[in-house]
Amino acid sequence: MATTTTPVVHKGHEAPKDYLNDQPGIWSWMTTVDHKRIGVMYLWSVLGAFLLGGLFALALRLELLTPKEDFMNAETYNKVFTLHGAIMVFLFIIPAVPAALGNFVLPLMLGAKDVAFPRLNLASYYIYVTGAIMAVAAMVTGGVDTGWTFYTPYSTTTTGAVTLMALSVFVLGFSSIFTGINFVATVHKLRAPGMGWFDLPLFVWGIYATAIIQVLATPVIGITTVLLVMERVFQVGIFDARLGGDPVLFQHFFWFYSHPAVYIMILPGMAIISELIPTHSKKHIFGYRAIAFSSIAIALISFIVWGHHMFTSGQSQLAAAIFSFLTFLVAIPSGVKVFNWVATMYRGSIALNTPMLYALSFLLLFTIGGLTGIFLGALSVDIHLHDTYFIVAHFHYVMMGGTVIAFIGGLFHWWPKIYGRMYNERWGQISAWLVFWGFNVTFFSQFFMGSQGMPRRYFSYLDQFQPWHVASTVGSWILALGLFVAAGTLLASLRKPKDAPANPWGSKTMEWETQSPPIAHNFEHTPVLTHGPYDYSPEPVGRRR
Amino acid sequence: MNWFTRLFLPAQGSTHAPAVDNLFWFILWLSVFFFVLIAGLVLYFAARYRRKSADDRTPNITHHLGLELAWSIIPLFLCLAIFFWGFKDYMTATVAPLNAMEISLTGEKWIWTFEYPDGMRSIGELYVPVGKPVKLIMQSKDVLHSFFIPGFRIKMDVLPNRYTEQWFQSDVPGEYQVQCTEYCGKGHSTMNAKIVVMNDEEYKDYLENGPKNLRDMPLAELGKLLYSARGCETCHSLDGVKGQGPSWKGIFGQMHKMGDGREMMVDENYIRTSILQPQAMIVQGYEGIMPTYQGLLRDREILALIEFIKSQK
Repeated sequence: MATTTTPVVHKGHEAPKDYLNDQPGIWSWMTTVDHKRIGVMYLWSVLGAFLLGGLFALALRLELLTPKEDFMNAETYNKVFTLHGAIMVFLFIIPAVPAALGNFVLPLMLGAKDVAFPRLNLASYYIYVTGAIMAVAAMVTGGVDTGWTFYTPYSTTTTGAVTLMALSVFVLGFSSIFTGINFVATVHKLRAPGMGWFDLPLFVWGIYATAIIQVLATPVIGITTVLLVMERVFQVGIFDARLGGDPVLFQHFFWFYSHPAVYIMILPGMAIISELIPTHSKKHIFGYRAIAFSSIAIALISFIVWGHHMFTSGQSQLAAAIFSFLTFLVAIPSGVKVFNWVATMYRGSIALNTPMLYALSFLLLFTIGGLTGIFLGALSVDIHLHDTYFIVAHFHYVMMGGTVIAFIGGLFHWWPKIYGRMYNERWGQISAWLVFWGFNVTFFSQFFMGSQGMPRRYFSYLDQFQPWHVASTVGSWILALGLFVAAGTLLASLRKPKDAPANPWGSKTMEWETQSPPIAHNFEHTPVLTHGPYDYSPEPVGRRR
Repeated sequence: MNWFTRLFLPAQGSTHAPAVDNLFWFILWLSVFFFVLIAGLVLYFAARYRRKSADDRTPNITHHLGLELAWSIIPLFLCLAIFFWGFKDYMTATVAPLNAMEISLTGEKWIWTFEYPDGMRSIGELYVPVGKPVKLIMQSKDVLHSFFIPGFRIKMDVLPNRYTEQWFQSDVPGEYQVQCTEYCGKGHSTMNAKIVVMNDEEYKDYLENGPKNLRDMPLAELGKLLYSARGCETCHSLDGVKGQGPSWKGIFGQMHKMGDGREMMVDENYIRTSILQPQAMIVQGYEGIMPTYQGLLRDREILALIEFIKSQK
């Protein structure tokens, strides 16, 4: 075992140095180029966005308790669901795993001192903050009621701060692109001596695949929002039929980014699960190459399936057929991953701790999310289900049941590394159970009302759907409770002294070989690869193939 | 088992619905199978291989080509089968039969207007005969909308810059809910309509006498409805402003001078003739541009318009 937790040199009575206390003062944080500090700043920022988006979600669910107007009117409701979607997508889930956990963990996993372009990394954070401020400004100066999809011509004709919101998305895109560029370069150039591509932890493969999509797809949403602003402000006819434009063109542009963006959201979740399951099963990952290559396959195919969001948009039948076909192809690599994760557990030594409970939740919920995607890929069935609550339930199972659950699991997994403290395991597990059941009550009910014909984005609804809405709303309270318990568990751990060992889980990936929390430059000595990331077996024969 | 079916899908109202539902159930049971398989294994492994001590040893299993090929290729073939199945039914659903009755549909914030081949229009209600294919040719006056009939399992966006179409044939008389499924603003969730599928007798009665709910409407009220629904308002104002045609304000009982020098009293017969043979009498200072409504208005509707005009003091 080559784990070299070099004891930290204690200078007199001072606490051991780590990246948290290495440089004191707020200014040292604001000007830091340390990937760990930037990761932590991202972490708190995206958690703030998650809280805000979550409060909007609770408000929506509360209003939907009855079919009539309860405490907000239709216009307010439309603004609130728009903000819920836009905040969750652009401010929370896209940056959550790559920019927060990825920033912190990825260089450590590579045995690197930092990312390839530390200043670009900090710039990316400030661009994110700028975009977030613009989004909040858009909210308070009139709000936006277009839905997070900004479909034209509604978005070019409605009132409100659509222009500012669109520009905010444009700005946030650059933050995402910069993060992507940084990670691609880091993975290519900064791997520890002896670390080949197939020695990378699968988290790195997942984040790498994500970074490729971020770099290649995000410019398209940038261009699209600029065109939208040009049309709104200067009346340049691009999407508006009255000005000679084509509203469906907007949908093509939008989904050309936003479908790959779905994988910007889910691939990092998959990346986390590929670490949690082997670590907490103490077992070599099953099908390393299959998981690694399926990430790349997903990244590539994700660029050519955007039309499956548009089966009812008036695109040609031929286009619909091709997009449906490709959609089924992209389903396969996701399925392969699930089977590999399950097989990894076979004959493992499975610790049912908080991170693993979240990982198991992920497996069950993501499987439901993936299987319900089959309904939507099938053309004739999608025509019925499109833009109903079935879609809402499906993508929440993938985005929240998948990515967000994985993100929370990852947070519990890396929390000892980030803050050097163990949290209360019992409360962590309670949060996992609450989140799992709360989530299912909230969203499984939506499958039923969706396939029965309840359209999405509805402020009021037919009476027949009320029992399902009530169930969903009650579920949202359980889910919220679970999330607050999770937050409380983590925050409470910060009140005690740093007590986490370097490697509390007995993991084999490199971030655990330095102390918790790591020193500012990550490792005392440049680490040398001596074993693979999943060599849990006592007699690993050389390295993996 | 009806309650179980209704848990997932609304009653089948169109000839297309059974095809959609069959594939839906096939995917559903396939999903249940795979979910039970995966969840079962996850829970079984979690219980069976739960950590006993920190020194547990695990075997160094890294991969198995046969298994990996199996769980790639079997789902691939299943997916391809589902693709072709869905595609086949989609084509039937999108290509209307040649003998379909054509109805044009306009969506605007936040109403649906149907127009029949004979020029009849109705708002929010579409009356169709049972057992006949009906094709909707759709367009929007403003933003995107989407015309969704859950009972028929069909849905199509309605666009401002081009026509889209969809068709259906219903063999089950009854009322079917229509909802807008493309977000269109404040009134999106109330942009409803209904499709009434009638048996042959009812449909014949409807064609002759109009929709049932209009039959008992007071004449003046019906006249007001027709004034806007049938387009009178585009030329005849109610406030005395001169349009393409004379304003209706206070017109009843007036003497009008015609272009050919005759003087006519605006009474019931004058209005009836003006509606059915507009060219017979042209008021001085106006052009004879009004189209005839011969065959487009029922007798009671003409009476309703007369009553409405009388009420415009």
